[in-house]
Amino acid sequence: MDNLRQIKHLYARAGFGLRFADLSATSGLSAAQALEKLFSDSEASELIDSVPEDAGYSMLARNDKAARKQFMQMQRREERDLNETWMAHMSTTDAVLREKMTLFWHNHFACRSRQSQFAQQLNNIQRQHALGNFGELLMQVSKSPAMLQFLNNQQNRKGHPNENFAREVMELFTLGRGNYTEHDVKESARAFTGWGFNKDGEFAMRPFLHDSGEKTFLGHTGNFNGEDIIRHLLQQKQTAIFICNKLYKYLVNETPEPAHINAMADVFYKNNYEIKPLLRFVFTAPWFYDEKNTGNLIKSPVEFLVGLNRQFYITYQRPEVLLQFQKVLGQVLFYPPNVAGWPGGRNWIDSSSLMYRLKIPSLVLNGGLIDFSGKADPEEEAYIAANRNRQPVVDARVQSHAGWERVFKSVPAGENKLQSASFLLEPAMSKTLADELSNTTDLKTMMIQAVSTPEYQLC
Amino acid sequence: MNRRNFIRKTALASGALMIPAFLKPFEAIAAGDITAYKNLVIIQLSGGNDGLNTIVPYGNDIYYQKRSTIAIGKSDVITLNNMQGLNPALSALKEIYEQGWMSIINGVGYPNPDRSHFRSMDIWQTASASNEFLTTGWIGRYLDSACTTCKNPYTAIEVDDTLSLAMKGAGIKGIAVEDPAKLYQTTREPFFKDLVSHHHDNLTEDNLGYLYKTMTETYSSAGYIQETSKTYEVSADYPATALGNQLRTVSKFINSGLQTRVYYVSLSGFDTHVGQQGQQGRQLKIYGDAVAAFIKDLKKTGQLDNTLVMTFSEFGRRVEQNASNGTDHGTANNILLFGGGLKKAGIYNDAPDLAQLDNGDLRYTTDFRDVYATLLDKWLDVTSQGILGKGFKPLSFI
Repeated sequence: MDNLRQIKHLYARAGFGLRFADLSATSGLSAAQALEKLFSDSEASELIDSVPEDAGYSMLARNDKAARKQFMQMQRREERDLNETWMAHMSTTDAVLREKMTLFWHNHFACRSRQSQFAQQLNNIQRQHALGNFGELLMQVSKSPAMLQFLNNQQNRKGHPNENFAREVMELFTLGRGNYTEHDVKESARAFTGWGFNKDGEFAMRPFLHDSGEKTFLGHTGNFNGEDIIRHLLQQKQTAIFICNKLYKYLVNETPEPAHINAMADVFYKNNYEIKPLLRFVFTAPWFYDEKNTGNLIKSPVEFLVGLNRQFYITYQRPEVLLQFQKVLGQVLFYPPNVAGWPGGRNWIDSSSLMYRLKIPSLVLNGGLIDFSGKADPEEEAYIAANRNRQPVVDARVQSHAGWERVFKSVPAGENKLQSASFLLEPAMSKTLADELSNTTDLKTMMIQAVSTPEYQLC
Repeated sequence: MNRRNFIRKTALASGALMIPAFLKPFEAIAAGDITAYKNLVIIQLSGGNDGLNTIVPYGNDIYYQKRSTIAIGKSDVITLNNMQGLNPALSALKEIYEQGWMSIINGVGYPNPDRSHFRSMDIWQTASASNEFLTTGWIGRYLDSACTTCKNPYTAIEVDDTLSLAMKGAGIKGIAVEDPAKLYQTTREPFFKDLVSHHHDNLTEDNLGYLYKTMTETYSSAGYIQETSKTYEVSADYPATALGNQLRTVSKFINSGLQTRVYYVSLSGFDTHVGQQGQQGRQLKIYGDAVAAFIKDLKKTGQLDNTLVMTFSEFGRRVEQNASNGTDHGTANNILLFGGGLKKAGIYNDAPDLAQLDNGDLRYTTDFRDVYATLLDKWLDVTSQGILGKGFKPLSFI
């Protein structure tokens, strides 16, 4: 694989795709050097700040109907703002690796919270530690009001344990099913009793609710508290294996390759769960650049939308359009389907979501029109003419703006149009698709066509 | 050969079923072709419909004690037997019930019930246990089961613009069709047509192959659904509501002889924490009027015996009302069934026991997967065990 393809693959997986403009920034770099650039671009952690700290609970205290209604409206607005802010951030930031990993942790530590400031706080924890230490990330996520509330630990009290939190910490965050017993769940639930949060959204250990008695957990006995349980979980190599398995599916291939995953887990465990050395190991591993590991992952709806926004510098007058796209494509940020997160892979694709995916690029780039220069019969001519007439209507509804000038300016001089169009795709362009695109001579049309294909769904 | 003919002969040929529809689009389908098709129509009530104010236990004093301001008054209830009756907003269903086309299963739920809307809906749609997370739906796994009649996405149609988890299998997924003409139009984008027609012989097992396969199937399914159904006009009157329109579309599909076995529609607005009577009454009226119109329509067209309608919600609500004249999230609930082929019409089992509660909630007496097993084994003619993961006890309503 030549150097450019390696860098392109790296950016597709470690970010949301390489842009024409990135070509000059990475020219002359090896893939390993480009990786260091990705790390340094992600050095700073720019936190999301769209929801005010005080979410207006004073309104609720008034306990009248009008105030409650106002509060609910405000909550909905905050939810929307938070979603839009993160989408916009992913679509414009230089810290792509950090956001890509934040998105991974967002799904790994799947959580829904009706209080947007809790959701924002959790999201920022995941962003701040996205490339840091997994143990610290796990501890902070476990102590976040959003997660404690979502997994009912506020109700976990001495004498009345609620096991939900303890179970999910093991099943979904660390060990995975089959690597602990029901007894371990019961005992660790006792250790987590008293973990909660106060009305300011801060973690609070409530000693009078805590069961300080002796517990036996994963073969160890002691008067464990919640921190002790998390430390024991991190001591298990299985935690490293579990995380690496999931990360491999996210970054490399949906089909796990045990040898590669075990090698990843060794690095992760040996480095005390530091995330950067693990990522460096993956992105510099020769197998990462194997043909079978390129252009074969189905983009999540968010990766698809963010990639499109970035490549064409799309801005939205009505950002809620992006929320509607998330809905019809089956992934609304902050609304995972359940505690296990979005299943991903082929689960993203059904008849309707695929048709939306094929149609959305032309909607935001060209008022819904995919110009067609093939041999169109009269019926098809009529179809295209109708779409052309509807362009202003679509534009008025979507209200997006693409930075075409910026795109054209950054396309390398001397590259032929078909090469430029195929740059937008991760899988190698088949001859059939190349022939299809060659029907037109207009670069803009060719690019719109390229991103309106099944190939564009892959990274 | 011009391009259109080329497409017909290649891409579209993948659905051999489509050719007759194309060759003789205006020819009525022989009655014999379609009577063998048994249809299941699933109606999902989203938000947690309060079953106790739907099928009202008016004969039980506890009901009136626990719901001092939101109970349905005895004189308003449409009595079915000396214990239960219909909410008056369901008056349109009285006639349907009397004809023996309706059956009510009380107390349907599952162990360790979850009171979260989305989690409990997940459980109902995937037919999982409450501590199990499945990524495929129960209808989706029916499609995956490779029964002879479920090779195509249009075997299961959701009349909506997106597809529910219930309809997604690992290998085969149903298809969402809100408006067949619109779906047809979208797929006929000339550029897409070209992609489909050139890639038909290029289907590999990898993700790219899967994407092209899905695109091609969508293309031919959209064609099949549109061509098969476009000439059939529903003559019956339906209420002008979203659910009424959806059921009219289902009627169009059934009566035009679409080779579909499962239809899925939903109605939301049942999360009645506040001011329940007005809110639930409005939604139940939308529901009852639309279902009554649908059942009468199918009776007239001779399809009622081949159709079974099942209505469920993700949970029922607490027995005792709350302080805002509403009810909070609860557990067990009733399932309503309609059709011409019910073996046991009327009230199928005992009304819920309001005296023996579990922390203020109804105890379930029938597992919802027993109901699913019945539908799979006795109506869709497959073996439920593989689809539901283990054996459940089929009931005797069909």
